[in-house]
Amino acid sequence: MKAHYKKFAVVACTLVILGFGLLYSTRRTLNVSAAGTGGITGTIKLDGTPPHQKPIDMSKEPNCAKAHASSPVTTETVIVGPTGGLKWVVVYISEGLDAATAGQVPPAKPTWDQKGCQYIPHVMALDVNQHFEVSNSDPHSHNIHPLPKPNGANHEWNRSQPPGTPPFDQVWAGEEIAIPVKCNIHPWMHGYMAVVKGPTAVSDDNGSYTISNLPPGNYTVTAWQETYGSQSQKVTVAAGKPATADFTYKAK
Amino acid sequence: MRVFKSIYGCAGVLSVVLAAGVTASAQDAPDVGPKPPVVVKPMESRIGNVTGHAADGKSNYRRYCAGCHGDYGDSNGENAVWLDPRPRDFTIATFKCRSTLTGTLPTDEDLFNTIGRGITNSNMPIWNALSPQQRADLVAYIKIFSPRWEKEKAGEPIKIPAEPPVTLESISHGKALFTKLECWKCHGPHGEGDGPSAATLTDSKDLPIRPYNFALGKNDSRFKCGNTNQDIYKIFMTGVDGTPMPSFADVIQPNDAWDLVHFLRTLQVDRHSKENEVLSAAHGVIPPYVDKNPPPAAAPPADNKPPGGAN
Repeated sequence: MKAHYKKFAVVACTLVILGFGLLYSTRRTLNVSAAGTGGITGTIKLDGTPPHQKPIDMSKEPNCAKAHASSPVTTETVIVGPTGGLKWVVVYISEGLDAATAGQVPPAKPTWDQKGCQYIPHVMALDVNQHFEVSNSDPHSHNIHPLPKPNGANHEWNRSQPPGTPPFDQVWAGEEIAIPVKCNIHPWMHGYMAVVKGPTAVSDDNGSYTISNLPPGNYTVTAWQETYGSQSQKVTVAAGKPATADFTYKAK
Repeated sequence: MRVFKSIYGCAGVLSVVLAAGVTASAQDAPDVGPKPPVVVKPMESRIGNVTGHAADGKSNYRRYCAGCHGDYGDSNGENAVWLDPRPRDFTIATFKCRSTLTGTLPTDEDLFNTIGRGITNSNMPIWNALSPQQRADLVAYIKIFSPRWEKEKAGEPIKIPAEPPVTLESISHGKALFTKLECWKCHGPHGEGDGPSAATLTDSKDLPIRPYNFALGKNDSRFKCGNTNQDIYKIFMTGVDGTPMPSFADVIQPNDAWDLVHFLRTLQVDRHSKENEVLSAAHGVIPPYVDKNPPPAAAPPADNKPPGGAN
């Protein structure tokens, strides 16, 4: 009698445990955008006077010179907003991501546009294997020439894109912070594509950013700016309310 | 006793002189001493029915190539400081002359042909005096310098359709393409390398570089990557990687590309070519292109994917 009950108990317990395990694992993969995830938000500031941004002479491309006649364009190596916030800073998780979150590829397909002989956006952050579109909104040709580090997973290529051609679909195979992009026809055009794993964000005019869809846990969050480089800090993310991570760069 | 003293004295003076001499020469050549060995990975190449092996290419590389390309294939050979353009840097595995799409590795045959043909307007000699086996071994040898060759296969060679006849209409269409695709921005309206963007061009190592000048060279004007019409076709359909010259594979249809080739040949004004014959027969005037099949308004081009598939 007792042996019978014992066997039944063992089987029942195993089934219950398996059941919970299954439930738990599906919860982790399916509920990324539900109330069980958190995020990180913050502001990035520059301490000190930013370096002077030089005005760009676009007379070699009359269309663009005309487009910017009323508001001339400057270089974008350090852009500080009206409240002292540092724009175009890439924020990403450099440590602590679990394999599932690190391997996720957002379905969104951001656009890298060439408009008024500038790259819009100046800095784009995206995930490994996330598709993006390169488009040309100008009435003249550009060539898109990203220059990733040699011998990594990403390779240098160079493609012409005349006006009126459909956007190119592209993808990067490996992490790289960040790939510089240039146009040979218009040598003043500069931009960066930061390829990361996991959720990421780029700071706005006020230096603010928000990273969402991050499972609770302990992480290292890193900020990267093209002139001042990288900074990291540790942050703990709880479900529901976003954690805060502010960064301050010192102007040299 | 005095004899011994003078011998010791001489030995002392001699050793001081020798030491001074050695340190002086050491200052002239500060990097004397053992260098890290070159690791010769067992790379191979295959061109036709010839198989090359890196180990067999080692002594020829050292004898013929290392002087410019460097012992480590990093373009830092002894001669390199005097060369413009600089020798190819094999450690980054970016090559100009390929039959494969931009961003992909060249085929073994591409490399083999470059070695044999040399590179016009550069210091890369014509090496077809080396046997095919020797050249194949060298192709295998240069693969040891970049890890890309271990993980990645060469790109698919682009498909080149048969060349259509050279007609005035073809040349006229080519000229229209040259204008529409804005080749003149760098190459200039007569292909003389004097376009509005020419002066600021830099290669992928940030060194100044000039666009090709089609009008140079009289009857002998040659291109870096071969001199046939097929070679010209490949240049703009694969891009010259590592330089400002992009690939136009996404934006030209293969047959239109042949028209552009025919027009480009007419920019080589002193060359005795079929294209220049056709142009002379028309008194040197290229008529404006009339598109017999204009696309319907606001319709996107039919197929802009390069023949080998999207990058």
